[in-house]
Amino acid sequence: MTVFILRRLMQAALVVLAMSVLVFIGVYAIGDPVEILISPEADQIERERAIHALGLDLPLWQQYLVFLARAAQGDLGRSFVFNEPALQLILQRMPATLELAVSATLFALLIGLPLGLYAGLRPNSPVSKGIMAGSILGFSLPTFWVGLMLIMVFAVQLGWLPSTGRGETVEVLGMRWSFLTWDGIQHMIMPAFNLSLFKISLVIRLTRAGVRETMLMDYVKFARAKGLSPARVTFVHVFKNILIPVVTVVGLEFGGTIAFSVVTESVFAWPGMGKLIIDSINVLDRPVIVAYLMIIVLMFVTINLIVDLTYSVLDPRVRLEAKS
Amino acid sequence: MSTTAAPLGTAAPAVAPKAETPFRRFVSEFAASRLALVGLVMITIIALVAILAPWIAPQNPYDLAQLDIMDGRMEPGTVGGAGFTYWLGTDDQGRDMLSGIMYGLRISLMVGAGSAVIACVVGASLGMIAAYAGGRTDSLIMRLVDLQLSFPAILAALMILAFLGKGILNVVIALVIVEWAYYARTVRGSALVERRREYIEAAQCLALPTRRIIFRHLLPNCLPPLIVVGTMQVARAIALEATLSFLGLGVPITEPSLGLLIANGYEYMLSGKYWISFYPGVALLVTIVSINLVGDQLRDVLNPRLKK
Repeated sequence: MTVFILRRLMQAALVVLAMSVLVFIGVYAIGDPVEILISPEADQIERERAIHALGLDLPLWQQYLVFLARAAQGDLGRSFVFNEPALQLILQRMPATLELAVSATLFALLIGLPLGLYAGLRPNSPVSKGIMAGSILGFSLPTFWVGLMLIMVFAVQLGWLPSTGRGETVEVLGMRWSFLTWDGIQHMIMPAFNLSLFKISLVIRLTRAGVRETMLMDYVKFARAKGLSPARVTFVHVFKNILIPVVTVVGLEFGGTIAFSVVTESVFAWPGMGKLIIDSINVLDRPVIVAYLMIIVLMFVTINLIVDLTYSVLDPRVRLEAKS
Repeated sequence: MSTTAAPLGTAAPAVAPKAETPFRRFVSEFAASRLALVGLVMITIIALVAILAPWIAPQNPYDLAQLDIMDGRMEPGTVGGAGFTYWLGTDDQGRDMLSGIMYGLRISLMVGAGSAVIACVVGASLGMIAAYAGGRTDSLIMRLVDLQLSFPAILAALMILAFLGKGILNVVIALVIVEWAYYARTVRGSALVERRREYIEAAQCLALPTRRIIFRHLLPNCLPPLIVVGTMQVARAIALEATLSFLGLGVPITEPSLGLLIANGYEYMLSGKYWISFYPGVALLVTIVSINLVGDQLRDVLNPRLKK
């Protein structure tokens, strides 16, 4: 087991390292950072001095090593636009994104589970067919367009919900959160729902398939034969068992939700990490782009690592395969 | 089922009962779903509109001389200064939305289908090589596939466009890099099964060159799942391109795709001018749903596991 964990850790470190090379070359080698960093009025001597000070006269591999050494100390450069450390800038916006992603996941479970359960229990009823057709639509609809339509209907025409922004926030543990104020919650409903659309469809389909499979199991038949009420069979015997795969997949999808919040945040002007990266790409704020990409890569590698390790604990076949 | 024994392949349409060829069986199985047929008809219409846009659109939306700024932000159904009716309204520059959508479809379909074809060629070749070579080559290619698939498509595309900058070509490159892994995995899966069959052994015994075995013997037998994945990936590519363009990282503003048309209407939405964003979105939605319907049915028809 230890060997397996070490191996997986080394693989993860290798992936992060490879991605850091890619990101570094991609962002710094393409295009000339000098033009952005040094004012155009600077004369030749000043220019050269600045280039030397920034280490831009070194060969690319040396520049990369400097970048790596700094990154290891948590220094990913300063934003050109905000003139703040890039890492700090992103971490400041992380709560907004996390808040959105968590509430989208909750939405997906709260809406998806009951609908999927119903569709699984009554597969032939017209309502179930409607639910399934709706889930196909949920997969096909372009998220950003649905977001715009939500704004149009609920903010512009009905005026029930605020259209954009984050609303009032409360500071807890040094971070600002929206979900603790009524105004903040109102601002969050539409973006969270928009972000959860795809996941709702996913949960509906998983739940339905799970229910249909579980209903045929012997223990369900036995519970029925024992004379338990249908409600008890459904909610205790069936529901508990389908919850495991559904929660696993939804958990796995969490990283994807954070990545996809880029789109939702842009539509609803939600001041999270996603909006920051889009703005940074548009103004070529390189340190922020690099910092964001490195954080996201680190996050995904960590998620994948945790999933792999959990699986290997649960399923011995995985580690045996790795050994041979 | 026809009871008349007609020789295979001599299909004379005038002579009544037709022989059952694999292709005809495929067509009739496909047509069993009315929804899929609707999807196919819609795709055909959309493709025709996109191809014929320069001839059937009321206006050339890229030609600034034809645009009248006085006609800006007109409601659907208004008759404009140029004398024709703006059935779907106009955007802020007085561009007819109907024409804009027709031209936008061209870009969206071209980028979607183009990137899918390139990704298919790249991915299928690599998947085929992985399956046929096995060993180190296989594990190297499949590691790359795993790595690629563990990152969400939108993120990978974002990263690539952050490096390369905007532009149609760059979007296509990004989509290809994001998508090839799906094809590689699919092809490898079916090629691994196929390569153990007797006909491959026979071809190897005949000492045919490896390249010939891979592309003439192995590839054609791995096509069905590839077609299914390909169809679905075209829809995904179109959606992803629209998303990227909406975020301002995709196609340039001079040749707007559907995503960019939607983005242009964003600021006017808040003042109730819904049509600038609404109709391009409907066009996008209909396109994606139609392709998905066809893809769904193809998957059912081409899946041997569902055959009796």
